[in-house]
Amino acid sequence: MKGITLGYFLRRLGIFFLTIWIAATLIYIIPRMAPGDPITAMVSRMSQQAGYIENSDKIIEGWKKRFGLDDPWYIQYGRYLRNLATLDFGPSIALFPTPVKEIVVRALPWTLGLLIVSITLFFFIGNFLGALLAWKKTPAFVRFIIPITMVFTSVPAILAGLILLYVFAFKFNIFPSIGSYGRGVQPGWDWGFVQSVLWHGMLPVISLVVVTFGYWALGMRGMMITVEGEDYMTLAQAKGLNPFYSLYRYMIRNAILPQITSLALTLGTSVGGAIIVEYLFAYRGMGTAIFTAIRNQDYPVIQGGTFLLVVTTALAVFILDMLYPLIDPRISHEGR
Amino acid sequence: MAVTAASPIKKTNRFNRFDNPWLNPSLLLGSFLILIILLGVLIGRFVWDTDLALVGNSPLKAPPAGFSHTTLRGTTVGTMANPLGTDGDGRDMLAVMIVGAPRTLAIGFIAALAGMGIGILLGFTAGFVGGRVDDIIRIASDTTITIPSILVLIVIQSIIPVNLIGMALLISAFSWPGPTRLIRGQVLSMRESGYVKMARISGVSTFDIMFKEMMPNLIPYLAASFIGNMQGAILAGIGLEVLGLGPQRVPTLGKSIYWSVQLSGLSQGLWWWWGFPAIILIVIFIGLLLINLGLDEVSNPRLRQKVE
Repeated sequence: MKGITLGYFLRRLGIFFLTIWIAATLIYIIPRMAPGDPITAMVSRMSQQAGYIENSDKIIEGWKKRFGLDDPWYIQYGRYLRNLATLDFGPSIALFPTPVKEIVVRALPWTLGLLIVSITLFFFIGNFLGALLAWKKTPAFVRFIIPITMVFTSVPAILAGLILLYVFAFKFNIFPSIGSYGRGVQPGWDWGFVQSVLWHGMLPVISLVVVTFGYWALGMRGMMITVEGEDYMTLAQAKGLNPFYSLYRYMIRNAILPQITSLALTLGTSVGGAIIVEYLFAYRGMGTAIFTAIRNQDYPVIQGGTFLLVVTTALAVFILDMLYPLIDPRISHEGR
Repeated sequence: MAVTAASPIKKTNRFNRFDNPWLNPSLLLGSFLILIILLGVLIGRFVWDTDLALVGNSPLKAPPAGFSHTTLRGTTVGTMANPLGTDGDGRDMLAVMIVGAPRTLAIGFIAALAGMGIGILLGFTAGFVGGRVDDIIRIASDTTITIPSILVLIVIQSIIPVNLIGMALLISAFSWPGPTRLIRGQVLSMRESGYVKMARISGVSTFDIMFKEMMPNLIPYLAASFIGNMQGAILAGIGLEVLGLGPQRVPTLGKSIYWSVQLSGLSQGLWWWWGFPAIILIVIFIGLLLINLGLDEVSNPRLRQKVE
């Protein structure tokens, strides 16, 4: 690809694997730093909820052997990493013997769809409004209205979701309250299904977008103001360039670059917001799968689902990193 | 709302004693909102019985005072015994607010404090020591920042039970990269500035340069970063609680929302069950956002030139 050196590519690839490795290792180590082992904790929690469990010590012994918890830590850790690398999370506990892989792979497209639509929307809306806020030629009333639309900025998406759900689904019955598509609608590539999916996706997407675009608008405004003070802006004005041309080619083009870096850095947060919104709307994606797993104490699904999302996020960041030099030609000329 | 172009006369005014950048409206309003919450909680502790936040100490699903709730079984009218109503398990919502709001703020505060401490340490080390150490710290923070922290926290908390402080500290394991990057960047640019060079030539120790010369200049950045971290930590905490994780037996704002969603408080029209926690959280988040914007204006004078 144009503008990407081999060193840049390898460094980003290294960071991609490092991210996944750090996440996997944290998931592995932190629970083991707690006193006791996961199985004893699990069984004792089960007995807390269900009263006395017969032969619980035998169950613990058996499971320990089954999961190889008596092996030295490096063998266990190695096995853990190997299983992750092959996406082999074993069978689900609640839906035994369905493999975890099957459950999460079925849920992933829904989450991806939700994320791609909402990220695209809030990034473009936010940056567009931010640019308008800072631009000198924006009409005053637009500048007055934009900040009002940003009331929900920084509020968790789940709260916006709750309010939207209550108002639009329960009070006025405009949008469906739960699910990804209507009951009795057959999944397939026909208009009825697509329409149903879009209709059901409306509220989750709105609740994700409405709380986020303000953040981007504010960031963009800050960048625009910084860019406006640059000498080349004065020159553009002196040359008598068309203000729209200089807005797009000179200001937005430069101000958007840090925003894209920042998008890569906040992808993780967006994923976190999306899975919680999914849970609220019982959307069929990873969030609901993970939440159901939490309720059923289905640890393989929790682990497999989160791991797959971590990998997806890291991959998205990697792709953004690969696209970045195309948008900002200066990057590939950097020495380091 | 018009744009007041910064005229030369206006600029000299900035040095006026009354034109203190720390007294900008966003910062004041934000602090005011957070103070109201704190004050409300403090007064509430004295005038209201917080034991009512426990299960079954009040009637079930009573609406707030002045509202009525009609079901097939008849109409319940809210009374002053439970001014904000009660939830489906008989917790008094006012008591839940009084007990829950400080917990939410505490999670944010502890996590932000811990994350900030790590960030200051690593950021100064990276910026000052440079070389290999800088590379390692930079790569570690660049990678950690892209991990969807809530996912890792979900896995960890679904395996081991945690209390409030444990939850805050776990969250802080992901809130250090922000401050680290920020401080490293600032230290790198400040290191070359005249007054730091001057101090170094004068033989001031590295420690003193860091904390006596550079730190005061970093305060607005640090404060903004701290508030940002607090927002992030509260967001993570609420997310975990809403999914039913985190401290189990204590009422929190996120847990209220979890229960109301789980026990179909939404479809039953019990708006006060999730509504009041949501309002408190929204006020907290808007307050923190305004503080953050205000601090931005302190540290970035260019933003100050424009009045929205």
